[in-house]
Amino acid sequence: MTDVSAGPGRDWRPVRRLLLGLGYQAAAVAAVAALLAYFALNAAENLATRGLHLGFGFLSQEAGFRIGFSIIDFTEADSYGRAFLVGLVNTLLAVAISIVLATALGFAIGIARLSTNWPLSRLALGYVELVRNLPLLLHLLFWYNVALRALPPVRQSLSLGGLAFLNNRGILLPRPVLEADLAGAPWSFLAWAAIAVFVWVWNKRRQAVTGEAFPAAMVIFLLVSGTALLLLASGLASLTWELPVLRGFDFTGGLRLTPELAALIFALTVYNASFIAELVRGSILAVDQGQTEAAKALGLGRGRILRLVVIPQALRVLIPPLSNQYLHLLKASSLATAIGYPDLVNVFTGTVLNQTGRAIEIVLITMLVYLTLSAVVALATNVYNRLAAIVEN
Amino acid sequence: MSQLSYPVSSDTTPRPTTASLSIGAWTSRNLFAGPVHIALTIAIAILAFYAAKFLADWAFLDATWVGGRRSDCTGGGACWAFVVNRFGQFVYGFYPPPQRWRVDLVMAALAGGIAALLLPWTPRKRLIAVTMLTASPLVDFWLLRGGLLGLAPVETDRWGGLMLTLVVGVTGVVGSFPLGIVLALGRRSELPAIRLMSAAFIELWRGVPLVTVLFMATVMLPFFLPHGVRFNELALALIGITVFAGAFLAEVIRGGLQAVPRGQYEAASALGLGYWQTTAMIVLPQALEKVIPGIVNNAIALFKDTTLVMIVGLFDILNIAAAGAADPLWLGSNAEGYVFVGLVFWLICFGLSRYSQAVERRLNADQRR
Repeated sequence: MTDVSAGPGRDWRPVRRLLLGLGYQAAAVAAVAALLAYFALNAAENLATRGLHLGFGFLSQEAGFRIGFSIIDFTEADSYGRAFLVGLVNTLLAVAISIVLATALGFAIGIARLSTNWPLSRLALGYVELVRNLPLLLHLLFWYNVALRALPPVRQSLSLGGLAFLNNRGILLPRPVLEADLAGAPWSFLAWAAIAVFVWVWNKRRQAVTGEAFPAAMVIFLLVSGTALLLLASGLASLTWELPVLRGFDFTGGLRLTPELAALIFALTVYNASFIAELVRGSILAVDQGQTEAAKALGLGRGRILRLVVIPQALRVLIPPLSNQYLHLLKASSLATAIGYPDLVNVFTGTVLNQTGRAIEIVLITMLVYLTLSAVVALATNVYNRLAAIVEN
Repeated sequence: MSQLSYPVSSDTTPRPTTASLSIGAWTSRNLFAGPVHIALTIAIAILAFYAAKFLADWAFLDATWVGGRRSDCTGGGACWAFVVNRFGQFVYGFYPPPQRWRVDLVMAALAGGIAALLLPWTPRKRLIAVTMLTASPLVDFWLLRGGLLGLAPVETDRWGGLMLTLVVGVTGVVGSFPLGIVLALGRRSELPAIRLMSAAFIELWRGVPLVTVLFMATVMLPFFLPHGVRFNELALALIGITVFAGAFLAEVIRGGLQAVPRGQYEAASALGLGYWQTTAMIVLPQALEKVIPGIVNNAIALFKDTTLVMIVGLFDILNIAAAGAADPLWLGSNAEGYVFVGLVFWLICFGLSRYSQAVERRLNADQRR
């Protein structure tokens, strides 16, 4: 940074720039601090006039309300803290199921978009363009208030081979009942994990040295499923299916998806699948055509080209945006509150807030939970992304 | 499935021209290439036929267009009488009918402005854009709210329907612009404190759902504002949406800033321009132009998200439809209401996304040599 016009003597401009920079930063920090202080003072005054004070003691108070659907037990005598937990578990349940289903549907539609069969690819295109240009909330209300309401009442339930039933009070599925002597379960799980890691590492080494591929995934799968079959056959464990049965006015037994949960899962799945389909299509198209041609020249068949050449490369393009889509799905699950599915927002930011009036604490906790969950999803997909990255020598 | 639909074999590489194929060749290649394709084509054709027949019957042939209540709809198909009857509410909410010309005026100006911006050959685009981002929101607000210069006041709790949806959407887009630009510049700043604060602010809003942002704005924010000041629900929701949208827009603009070549900065520096001059005259115009498709996509997502204001009790077009179907006279008219609302959103969102694709193609055309 020498300047002819500066002439003799020291060039003060870097110092001036440094001071200016420090000045800007100090001003920005001071402005933000002043704003926060202003908010804090207002909050203190508002709380004082309402006779409230901040604190999280309310979480251990008795809730005194019921929750329509929960995985973990909840009664009116339980605390607000437990209600929070119920909401969180309900949110995670809906998100987990929807992520799996949306990914599967999204892959199917994304691949159908690339089909050489013209009607199939047009159908997939129609799906994508119809679904993604409508608000998610509209999808949700449609499934809840129109599609599921159109199902017959309980007595005239649609029966799928006597195994599953559809009616306007929900979807009933067979529930797997696994009975096993679980005393040794943690140890056997550890043993299996150790064997799996060993086989995986051994295979990597062998492959690096000899170049021979060992079907490690297949072997591990066979070992695990073989053991499971062995356990079932020997009577140490038993797997039975509990079927839903119509008794009187309603079904008993089986696994019940409430209309709220079903509508939420349908809406999240259908909506996000349209975006995932486009991501899948883009990532497959991003794989260079030459890769396919080279694999063909090497004599690989269609299936192996897809499995060994195209999909691994497509995944590298796909994972970061797919991770974004999962984050979107996670956050969008909060729309559940619009149809009364007892998710985190509905139970905690809705009912608990209304009963306790603790707006500041409850909104902060809710936002913190979503921030943490978002960070976890981002971290998990980043780790996977790193594992799947191209290793260059 | 994957085997038949995945374009692995070389005959499925993108065909350069379809014009060169005869109808017969096109048909055999795209519809009837092998037994699986034939079965698939026939199955989809049958499915499409029944779907089309059901839709035509429901929406037109068996539909009822005129009536004063649900029981007047005896056709067995859609009860469009519901939408026809409530059309005023769907568009204007509870805005007093004699004053609705004000809403019409605002909507017409908005439509004209957006059309002028979207058409590639409009002159003085920058002037129009600046007007739409600065002066016209103020004029629009005055027209809608009234209370000044002889216009009768219309309280915001009477706003609703498509008009409210547009108010929320446009405020979100316009308001998030300056915020997004400031945050994006802050995140790219060389000053660590500013960079850190911007990044923290952006990530905070991007990591939480809009629903909780709306709850924060309407339930928690009043605690942080001066005691005794009553803020109305709409203003609070608009603040929440603007901040949320600003954080997302900031990341889009950051992408554009990163895409401006270093040489541009260096050239500006060589001309003796300072930071603000370089940013305002050289860097930002280029960055923003590069990310027009991203901005439009963002606007589409935001527009769809405006429906969430229903969760904090505002009557946007979706909530008006839901509330209308809960009216005893029209009980069970959910499907018709949703279809109408869906049509409005679909036309706007699909149109915008097509526009953004066209811009992308035009920008790419510049790149091709």
